[in-house]
Amino acid sequence: MERLGILKTYKIYIGGKFPRTESGRYYSPKNASGEALANICLSSRKDLRNAVVAARSAFGGWAERAAFNRSQIVYRIAEMLEGRRAQFLEELMKQGSTKQQAEKEINLSIDRIVYYAGWCDKYQQIFSTVNPVSSSHFNFSAMEPTGVVGVIAPEEGSLIGLVSTIIPIIAGGNTVVCLASEKLPLCAITFAEVLQTSDVPGGVVNILTGNEKELLEHFGSHMDINALCYAGASEDHLTQLNKLSTGNLKRIRNFEANCMDESSQSPYFIQDYQEVKTTWHPIENIGGSTSTY
Amino acid sequence: MAKNKQQKAKASKKKTWDLSPAPESTSHVQLKKKYELYIDGKWVKPTSGKYFPSINPGNEEKIADVAHADAKDVDKAVKAARKAYDNVWSKMSGKERGKYLFRIARMIQERAREFAVIESMDGGKPIRESRDVDVPLAANHFFYYAGWADKLEFAFPNRKVEALGVAGQIIPWNFPLLMAAWKIAPALATGNTIVIKPAETTSLTALKLAELIHEAGVPPGVVNVVTGFGDTGAEIVNHPDVNKVAFTGSTNVGKLIQNAIAGTKKKSTLELGGKSANIIFEDAPIDQAVEGIVNGIFFNQGHVCCAGSRLFVQEGVADQVIKKLKNRLDHLYIGDPLDKNTDVGAINSKEQLDTIRKYIEIGKNEGNDIYESSCNMPSKGYFCKPTLVLNVAQSSKLVQEEIFGPVLTVQTFRTVDEVIQKANNTPYGLAAGVWTDKGSKIFNLTGKLRAGVIWANTYNRFDPVSPFGGYKESGFGREGGLHGLEAYVKLA
Repeated sequence: MERLGILKTYKIYIGGKFPRTESGRYYSPKNASGEALANICLSSRKDLRNAVVAARSAFGGWAERAAFNRSQIVYRIAEMLEGRRAQFLEELMKQGSTKQQAEKEINLSIDRIVYYAGWCDKYQQIFSTVNPVSSSHFNFSAMEPTGVVGVIAPEEGSLIGLVSTIIPIIAGGNTVVCLASEKLPLCAITFAEVLQTSDVPGGVVNILTGNEKELLEHFGSHMDINALCYAGASEDHLTQLNKLSTGNLKRIRNFEANCMDESSQSPYFIQDYQEVKTTWHPIENIGGSTSTY
Repeated sequence: MAKNKQQKAKASKKKTWDLSPAPESTSHVQLKKKYELYIDGKWVKPTSGKYFPSINPGNEEKIADVAHADAKDVDKAVKAARKAYDNVWSKMSGKERGKYLFRIARMIQERAREFAVIESMDGGKPIRESRDVDVPLAANHFFYYAGWADKLEFAFPNRKVEALGVAGQIIPWNFPLLMAAWKIAPALATGNTIVIKPAETTSLTALKLAELIHEAGVPPGVVNVVTGFGDTGAEIVNHPDVNKVAFTGSTNVGKLIQNAIAGTKKKSTLELGGKSANIIFEDAPIDQAVEGIVNGIFFNQGHVCCAGSRLFVQEGVADQVIKKLKNRLDHLYIGDPLDKNTDVGAINSKEQLDTIRKYIEIGKNEGNDIYESSCNMPSKGYFCKPTLVLNVAQSSKLVQEEIFGPVLTVQTFRTVDEVIQKANNTPYGLAAGVWTDKGSKIFNLTGKLRAGVIWANTYNRFDPVSPFGGYKESGFGREGGLHGLEAYVKLA
């Protein structure tokens, strides 16, 4: 007798754990041939709030890690993803990609993670400055992560969309609450499993599945989200986010790049979620000696 | 007992040793009775025919009448800026643009004294500050950005730099000329043209700057100055042909602006309010720290978005610091902004004075221990005594809200963790001060304080090369330094 396969339950990812949505709701996205992909959590406002709490608690520790350590952890994500190729291949194809497209997307995703792993301890050196002020002070400006960043992932690119938006944000020391593509959600949860096994501390990335329209308002108005990356396709939604975000002056970034293109990776995507901090300190000047030999 | 009395008599006698008045002369200042709008290189009357008075807050006398621009005037200004951008400014090389800016910087230096006097007359700040801080920094700001104009590609590795187009800029009344410089210099260096609106209570130095820019030969329409109130500002923000909105002012108005431009492609930078913590540790050089506290909150009457308005003193030195601080408060000179001895000048407007008084009243009603300087007060003009609010709770309105006046809340703390929590417990994140002799402690705090500018063992320092701007609800974008360029470019 043929063995009965074990189906995967797709749950959401909050604080390093995989709970079901507290709402108990689900939806069943279908692929092009009308086949149901799975029962997917239809996350609620409460799930989002829980995710923000998790992201906020994880922020301080993640932001203050040594850049080199963040770099190694991000590289570890690539290692884990490489080891799980088969699973992503299957899911991407189930969602409608050809084998060739799926392989290309996986390769690009892994390489992009490695690309950003390399940036973790370098973007500071590109974007920071030592400022020669006229008074007797030492003055420098360095990058610091903005905080908790909400991500509305692209509709297309079940895996590469997540990688292209989330990885530069966490490479820069932020924590993330991400809403996965509504119609292509499978890779999101499998990617969460990759993150969970990659030494990424719980809460650094939180992934929800569900309906963009329903959660948009809550992403925009949540007072403990510091910035938003909108990679969705709706101009209306973007406008709405901009209006809602005035409550706590969120930084809103519109991610428009084509994820399959090289132009969608650069240290400027890290800088988008950085604040410039300038520090001053007096320099003592006593006596007339100079540094001349 | 007798000795005590003697000491008291000595102390009160000492108080009467006032310095002789040393007012800066206003004879060399050239001011018109009436100012029109500076649009397309010409002085034009406002469409509405309306003017409003600019009042000297130091003596409540009118200095001049200023035009009130409406929608039509703003439209005219934006059209002039667009025309200048398309036909002249975007075609000019960076090198040539830079030379105009260098020229402006030099001309401000030449007329520094006149600018300083007008700034103090119109805004109420002590001449010592306008002379030594506002005006030289404004000139230096132009000089600094002048040099960037032909070097922009070095600021953004691996990117092509393009101007945005027409920048709409709205500036506040606390540093009128300096804020105009902070806005105009980087915008012009990066190749944009400008419509700028000064605050209604302090239009004069911006208008004098327009005269200077005109004399510098800057092509017509590159810089347009429209004066007016919030309605004029709203017309700039909402004008469909403005590509960039740069605003410095209150957080509330900043939020209105972000809301108004949602759904447009306008780029924005907002430099908004603050409630910055000034933290004094037990191992701080106490006398220097006390001077830093005074400079942090009473500089420019506390009309400073980054003012160190929340003082945190470690318990062990709290009594000592507060005693010294009270003593220092009593010896501040409050009065004529044009007097070279004045430490604290006039509150910018009647309206602002009322706001500050309202907060002090709230503080009294909350039952806080309020200490007001025993200084002499002028009989005319808008003045407010430097004030300490002692033993105040973290939840107090005076700790949570920006007062924008010479009012300092004083709280104590025991541990580093406690003070980090308290300091960050605010929606704002503009600046912070840390006072300690221990370097490792400084870096621990600068890493953990969520604010855009950290002054360690100093406070309220500014420089054109030093980026300035906030975290959280203090706004976004930076002004000054290399990072200040980003606000006015698109990267391709």
